[in-house]
Amino acid sequence: MSGGSGFDSATLISAGYALTSEELASSGVQASDDVAEYALRLGDDALILAQNMLWWVSRAPELEEDIALGNVALDLLGHARVLLTFAGSASGKSEDDLAYFREEEEFRCLHLVQFPGHDFGETIARQLIFSHYAFEQWKRLENSADATIAAIAAKASKELDYHVDHAEQWTQRLGLGTEESNRRLQAGLDYFWPYIDELFEDDEFIEKLGPVAVRPSELREDVMARITTAIEEAGLRVPEVKQAVTGGRRGEHREALGHLLAEMQVLARKHPGVTW
Amino acid sequence: MIEQIDKNLAQRPKDPEAARVWDIVGKVTDPEIPVLSIIDIGILRDVLVGSDGTPQVIITPTYSGCPAMDTIKADVEQALRDAGYERSEVTLVLAPAWTTDWMTPEGKKKLEEYGIAPPTGSAAVGMQRGPKRLSLAVRCPRCGSIKTNELSRFGSTSCKALYQCANCQEPFDYFKVH
Repeated sequence: MSGGSGFDSATLISAGYALTSEELASSGVQASDDVAEYALRLGDDALILAQNMLWWVSRAPELEEDIALGNVALDLLGHARVLLTFAGSASGKSEDDLAYFREEEEFRCLHLVQFPGHDFGETIARQLIFSHYAFEQWKRLENSADATIAAIAAKASKELDYHVDHAEQWTQRLGLGTEESNRRLQAGLDYFWPYIDELFEDDEFIEKLGPVAVRPSELREDVMARITTAIEEAGLRVPEVKQAVTGGRRGEHREALGHLLAEMQVLARKHPGVTW
Repeated sequence: MIEQIDKNLAQRPKDPEAARVWDIVGKVTDPEIPVLSIIDIGILRDVLVGSDGTPQVIITPTYSGCPAMDTIKADVEQALRDAGYERSEVTLVLAPAWTTDWMTPEGKKKLEEYGIAPPTGSAAVGMQRGPKRLSLAVRCPRCGSIKTNELSRFGSTSCKALYQCANCQEPFDYFKVH
């Protein structure tokens, strides 16, 4: 390991120093198939949202916000990298194999994270929902029966705490700002609300994982209480809309994910092993 | 990658050989904040020396996405090669999670002299839900005024926020409590 792993990662500026599955394997940490599948769910949420958030770099309404959204995306990408590396340890795959060389139906992310959210109101609405959800999830996962998941959670929850704060501050600013900013954030909330039930869906796989995972339904009360308080304090209304048909955890996705993957994966697929 | 180590502050090893390695790699600095060594920031967690003499250096990332970690890892390996160690191992640990509470008092002083306001207070009180918590005023590292405003909680790197002093008008970085 002295000269780095020698593995070229397209996610790194300098080749050879990725925390690869090979390194993970040599350290003796290897996920079981079930834990790997769970890490994939968590990692795909973070990866896809990071990719969507990165669109804002150079496009945000002000320089400070440009940096803030870029930082949030960087944190999420950090979570995705370690989670996908861990997930890959079960099958001998690297983080890049999992990010760039999986087909759409092999991704396990929520529908919430798949849409572009190119309207600032939409992005803040989604951040309000996702960051509260992810914070509560990571907070509980600090007690996961899997030591690696617990370690990742301890770091991620601290970062999500900042994301929550960022989303709440913008919710207040836009909600209590002008008529137009209030309208746009409300439209963003209305847009993403149909996908909220999926966040709290249990399934047989979660039951099987037991104390390794958090049962999503257990998050619902706390997450919804915090989101609805933030919405009401900002002079907005909690949407009353029908829930959409989802299935992200089973690999059933929105059209938007295909477009996102096409852009995210094109370089790695066109020039396998490329570094810069 | 993952192993449980003492939650307390990292200590210079008692074993003389490991202590030598600690002193060598302890001079490696953060590429983003070159006045801070990896001991100052609390990134260097432990040093072990194998029976064959191969040093193992254990470091922890500050933030999950911190791109400086790759450079730090490479710099640690280079420092050891320069000191005559042909082989070395750098291990990243995530647990316990890094906190600014591990930053040394010297590190905080160096930060301030460098123009970055050091973290105020302790991380242990953070992450409480409920009503918005008040945070301590951040002192301007240039003129010492506490009349400062946060421009953005997210600054030039993950670990910093961007502030402006209302007294001297200068913008400055603040190392966030984490």
